[in-house]
Amino acid sequence: MSCTAGPLLLEIENLVVHFTTRHGVVQGVRGVNLQVAPGETLGIVGESGSGKSVAVQAVMGLINVPGEIVEGEIRWKGRSLLGRDGRAHLDAVRGREIAMIFQDPMTSLDPLFRIGTQITEVLRRHLGMGRKRARERAIELLELVDISAPEKRLDQFPNELSGGMRQRVMIAAALACEPELLIADEPTTALDVTIQAQILELLAGLQERLKLSVIMITHDLGVIAQMCHRVAVMYAGQIVEVGLAEDIFEHPVHPYTQGLLRATPRPDEVTERMVAIDGMPPNLIAPPAGCAFAARCACARECCGLPPELTPCGEDRLVSCWCAGQQQPG
Amino acid sequence: MNTADLHPDPRPRRFASVQGLFGELWRDKAGFLGVALMGALLFMAAAAPLLAPHPPTAQDLRARLVPPAWEEEGSRKHLLGTDHLGRDVLSRVIYGARVSLAVGAVVVLLAGSFGVVLGLLAGYRGGRTDSLIMRWIDTQVAFPGLLIALIILAVIGPSMLTVILVLAFNGWMVYGRMTRGLVLSVRQTAYVEAAEMVGCSATRVIFRHILPNLTSPLLTLAILEFARIVLAEAALSFLGMGIQPPATSWGLDVAAGKNYMFRAWWLVTFPGIAISITVLAINLVASWLRLISDPQEREKQFARQMRALSARRRRRRPEAVTP
Amino acid sequence: MGRYFLKRLLQGVVVIFGVTVLVFVVTRLVGDPVKVMLPLEATAEQRAEFERQLGLDRPMAVQFVDFMGGLTRLDFGESLWQRRPAMTIVLEKLPLTLQLAFLGVGLALMLSIPLGILAALRPGGLADRSTVFLSLIGLSVPQFWLGLLLIVILAVQLHWLPTSGIGTPAHLLLPTVTMALPALARLVMIVRSSMIDELNQQYIKTCFAKGLSFRRVIGVHALRNAALPVVTLCGWELIRAVAGYSVVVETVFAWPGLGLTAIQALERDDLILLQAIVFVVAILVVAINILMDLVYKAIDPRLELA
Repeated sequence: MSCTAGPLLLEIENLVVHFTTRHGVVQGVRGVNLQVAPGETLGIVGESGSGKSVAVQAVMGLINVPGEIVEGEIRWKGRSLLGRDGRAHLDAVRGREIAMIFQDPMTSLDPLFRIGTQITEVLRRHLGMGRKRARERAIELLELVDISAPEKRLDQFPNELSGGMRQRVMIAAALACEPELLIADEPTTALDVTIQAQILELLAGLQERLKLSVIMITHDLGVIAQMCHRVAVMYAGQIVEVGLAEDIFEHPVHPYTQGLLRATPRPDEVTERMVAIDGMPPNLIAPPAGCAFAARCACARECCGLPPELTPCGEDRLVSCWCAGQQQPG
Repeated sequence: MNTADLHPDPRPRRFASVQGLFGELWRDKAGFLGVALMGALLFMAAAAPLLAPHPPTAQDLRARLVPPAWEEEGSRKHLLGTDHLGRDVLSRVIYGARVSLAVGAVVVLLAGSFGVVLGLLAGYRGGRTDSLIMRWIDTQVAFPGLLIALIILAVIGPSMLTVILVLAFNGWMVYGRMTRGLVLSVRQTAYVEAAEMVGCSATRVIFRHILPNLTSPLLTLAILEFARIVLAEAALSFLGMGIQPPATSWGLDVAAGKNYMFRAWWLVTFPGIAISITVLAINLVASWLRLISDPQEREKQFARQMRALSARRRRRRPEAVTP
Repeated sequence: MGRYFLKRLLQGVVVIFGVTVLVFVVTRLVGDPVKVMLPLEATAEQRAEFERQLGLDRPMAVQFVDFMGGLTRLDFGESLWQRRPAMTIVLEKLPLTLQLAFLGVGLALMLSIPLGILAALRPGGLADRSTVFLSLIGLSVPQFWLGLLLIVILAVQLHWLPTSGIGTPAHLLLPTVTMALPALARLVMIVRSSMIDELNQQYIKTCFAKGLSFRRVIGVHALRNAALPVVTLCGWELIRAVAGYSVVVETVFAWPGLGLTAIQALERDDLILLQAIVFVVAILVVAINILMDLVYKAIDPRLELA
């Protein structure tokens, strides 16, 4: 797994996203910092509600009432994507240089339009292709994602395809304009296990062939292990650990990461009971002032009442924990 | 992100007290207005003899076509003027509420009971019963309702009773359809399946488990139907096939006033306003009910209010950020 | 497709049959048609003679068979009022009613789509709140009163338009608007709520993520998905316009279509003409239902026409 060097493609700085509901303001994302370099695959792992989907949706400008980006900066190739000027940049870039695929292929495709249309409309919008040329290119794209009989598929509707095929179509539409970054929001969660493996293989292959950068969002550590160079672990709207995937798997530093790895069943170990992390994630309407994980952490101390920050811990690793470095690797 | 997951609502969905109800009402101003208006109308209908300055049928041929009090030739004795027979418009408007509300309520009760019973039968029994009833409903729904109503009324003679019967005859299908649909979906829920498996009798299952889930949507439907019936009765009376004189109906008054439309605008205007306000009040109550009974609706309503609020705030202070 | 049509036609036949039988029963069995049709001073002999002329003295079963026979030939007999074949009269007046109904509902639909979309795009915004408010008013105002008001204000006070009758496009304006306004109030609410529902769907996010233009996402993707309930309501509005509201609106504006003719027939106790009108209207209702099904299929090709 190699990375090409170069200036950063995507920079997220101190992103804060709030949702205003009847019960209060939910702080979905509480100060996230991320960077993506060309050619690398960044995994974002966390449980439901950790804010991982919201963070990337903010990048694509998909946050809407009742959600709102309250603070922070998002830059693509150095230019901001937020604010009034950023809007123009976002419109030019969205679907063209940055593409996104979503979790549930059943609901992510428009049920009333043919597959072909849903791919060609991207080509015609961004690249101004004529109808014939766009159709040819669509067939090429379908072949790229290993869909058989692409000419026939073009005229079919989403409900005539299986889940795995629909996801491939989404990938094809996303790659239509040869983007530099592909954001994949839990692309395999809604699929059968065998199909999952196929799709991941496809993505990994595409990443290498097209020199794509990928942000892979998942709650499944296995997916991270298979695909990602670097991984960021999110908890309660914040990033708690960032580093190279191999490193983190072997030497997790943050207690939450350790807990996650402990809780993952491994086929080569024989255990009698699964080890879960005690407790529940905090309520994001009134999140704790200090470390969000402190309530569930075995080594919580007084200093954990203050909010920790991402600090370097070892080579190419950032951890947000007061006890970092003093924990035994799990 | 599903916000409901993050913070399950600890407050019970149903109202623990009458106070809770009033609190809800106050928050939704439109609903409050609707309930207040309905209350006023009910009061007006009930206390008509006390409120109306004249009997509605009292003719005064010396005071024919008197304009409302604020016009030049108006008089304090007839605040809203008189019609071509010298009858007081205000009194007729007040008494007219009786007919409209009574017809509406009785039709809804009749049509609703019949429709709900049939819907329960169809939904619960299923099979032959279900398809038979649904086919009946589908067929009758396709009948041209108003025309048939007119013909039947023409033949058997229009009166308050016949109007009620005809409107109920034409209007029960919607209750049947909704009830059946609800029964089918409720029956599939886990707890009803469990109840049936445990051996609860059919009546018990229906009354204790199914019916409570039906009350809220059926109530909203009934109220909306109530509004529709008020309009339908007014239209029938307007066409001459509804309430007959000497009874007082708003629709009837509009029809009578039509002949003097160009000279005496008040004859047509005030009964029409009365109908509109009544139906408006009913519709406001219905939409308020729909709001409070469906938590998703409330969340959407809240989102709309927040949006309006933040739009206003942003206009005043463009740099400020929502906390 | 052929099987579907057959099934729908069969259903339609049942409906039309049911309606016609109902009217037959009501007019012959309940009430006394002879008493209703003849002046009060008629003697017993005159009554008997009248009965024999109309065939009302024969046993009910025979009358029914005769009636059904006439039905298949589309022969309802002569209108008692105009002394012409009832069917001819109906077919004369039919186009006028259709004109009013389709124009009215068409106008309502054309206006409701942009208004509803605008309201849905910013829930809570100005367009939304005023649409809901005006729609509520539009739903509450009785149609006959609305028509009268329009006549008083626009035709009488301002002398802009004629008060009634047919002939010029100016004559068509007020009845069409009266027909359209309540339908507009209902349609715009459905467009709005349907669009709001669609805008919350996941595929809309995908469309935006693909970088498609706002106009395409809303006007092509969301709108087509939101169309189904709107089409349903449109069909319903057309049916009510033809079978119900036409009576009221045509009466108010003296528009000589089927509705006004039905009222006139009622006033003159011309039960034969009435039967013919009801029959044709029932056919129209069935036809509109089938038309709506075809439109569904055009919008959503996945639909199995069952």
